[in-house]
Amino acid sequence: MGSVVAVLPPALMRLFPGCEREPLVAADTVAELVDALNERWPGMRDRLCDSTPRLRRHINVFVAGERVGLERRLDPGEEVWIMTAISGG
Amino acid sequence: MAKRVTVLLGTKKGAFTLHSDASRRDWSLRGPFCETWPTNHVVADPASGTIYAGGGNEWFGPAVWKSTDFGETWSHSSRGLAYAAGEDSIASVWSLAPHDGRLYAGVQPAGLFASDDDGESWTHVAGLRDHPTRPHWNPGGAGLILHSILPHPSDSKQIFIGISAAGVFHTADGGRTWEPRNSGTRCDYLPEGERYPEFGQCVHSLAMAAGQADRLYQQNHCGMYRSDDGGRHWQSIEAGLPSSFGFPAVAHPRDPATLFLLPLNGDIKGRYVPDGKAAVWRTRDGGEHWEALREGLPQRNAFFGVLRQAMAADGLEPAGVYAGTNTGTLFASADEGANWQSIAHHLPPILSVETLVSDG
Repeated sequence: MGSVVAVLPPALMRLFPGCEREPLVAADTVAELVDALNERWPGMRDRLCDSTPRLRRHINVFVAGERVGLERRLDPGEEVWIMTAISGG
Repeated sequence: MAKRVTVLLGTKKGAFTLHSDASRRDWSLRGPFCETWPTNHVVADPASGTIYAGGGNEWFGPAVWKSTDFGETWSHSSRGLAYAAGEDSIASVWSLAPHDGRLYAGVQPAGLFASDDDGESWTHVAGLRDHPTRPHWNPGGAGLILHSILPHPSDSKQIFIGISAAGVFHTADGGRTWEPRNSGTRCDYLPEGERYPEFGQCVHSLAMAAGQADRLYQQNHCGMYRSDDGGRHWQSIEAGLPSSFGFPAVAHPRDPATLFLLPLNGDIKGRYVPDGKAAVWRTRDGGEHWEALREGLPQRNAFFGVLRQAMAADGLEPAGVYAGTNTGTLFASADEGANWQSIAHHLPPILSVETLVSDG
C-alpha cells in the first residue's frame, strides 16, 4: 500500500484536537484514506462520510485538480485535498 | 447551600450558557460552543452535571457534543448514530433526554437512539421506525423530526415521543413496540371528516406535569391539548388563548396544573407574537383559564416567535421561566412569569432553552 498526503481543512482539524494538517497516510483509494484517518482520529469518518455510505454532500475531495469520490485510486505520493464546500446559512 | 442557575441555549450558531445565582438578577454569558454548529437542543444531566448538545452541521453531519466541566471543554461523537447502509442518513440531532443513566436522542429523519455510555456511542431504538405507520409519516415545516422525548419518571420502560408531523407515540416496553396516542387532536390541514386520524398530527411540543406522569400537555400546530390518561385521549384547552398556534409548552416544576405557553398569531400569518405584543400565557388550573403575562415584555412592534424547544422553567422557588426568541433575545422571569427582563441580546436565533440548578 502506497503513502499519500492528506490535506485536511482547518474546520475539520478543530474537531479533533492534536490533528495534523497534512498527515501521511497509507492508502490505495480515497475510501482507504478515510479509514486510515478514522483509525488515527476516531470519529473522523462520520464527519466526512454519511451512512449511505458516501462522502458528505458538502465535503469535496480533490486529487490532481479533479473532484473525486471514495472509489478513486491513489498513486503513491499524491496529495488528497479534503475541502469544505460553499454551504451554510 | 447556595444555588446557582445555568441556562443552556441551543442556537443556529452554536451553544451558549448563562450563569447566575438563585436571585437570578445578574447574568453572565459564555459561548459560542460546539464550533458554532447549528445546535438544536442543549440539556444537562442533573445527576452528573454533564452538558450535552445535539445538532448537525451542513458539512460534517450530526453529532452529540458533551462537556463534563461546565462548558470549559467539549468533545463530540456520533458513533452508532446512523441508520443501516442504504437508508437515509441522519441530518441532525433534534432532541436529547437524559434519564436514569441513559441518554436518548431524537433525530431527523425521525428516529430514536439511546446511549448507555454518556453519549460516547449510540444504539438505534429500532422499534419506532419499524412501526407500520412509518412509511406514511410526513415531514412538518422543519422536516421529519423527532423533537420531544418524555421518559416516564418512575417506569423506565415507558417513553412518550413527539414527531412532526407523525404525532405522539408511546412505548411501554422500552422502545420495542409503540402505539400512536393522538386521539382528540386534530389536523386542520386535512379535509373535513378526516381531521382526527390515528396518526399524522403536527405535534409541536409535549410536556409532562410534575408528579403526575399521566398528565401530558401538548402544543400542536392545530390547538392546545391536555391528556389525563397518558395520551390515550386529548381534550382541547385552547379556549381563552389568543391563538391555537404556537410552539413551546412548559410545565411548572412542581404544580401539575400550571403550564406556560407562548402563542403565536397563526401558521400563515407570520408566526409572530399576536399584534406585535409579546406575552407568555399561564394557566393555574390545567388549562381551564388563561392569563397573559406581559410585564417587562415588549408591547409594540415585536415581530418574533419562540420555537418549540426555546422555553423552559427552572426548579427554584418561585420557578424561573425563560423564553428565547428566533431573533436572538432571551427573556427571563424569576417569579413564575409575573415580571420579565431580557438577559441576553443579539444572539443567533435561539432554538432551545433548558436549565440546570446546582449547588454553588
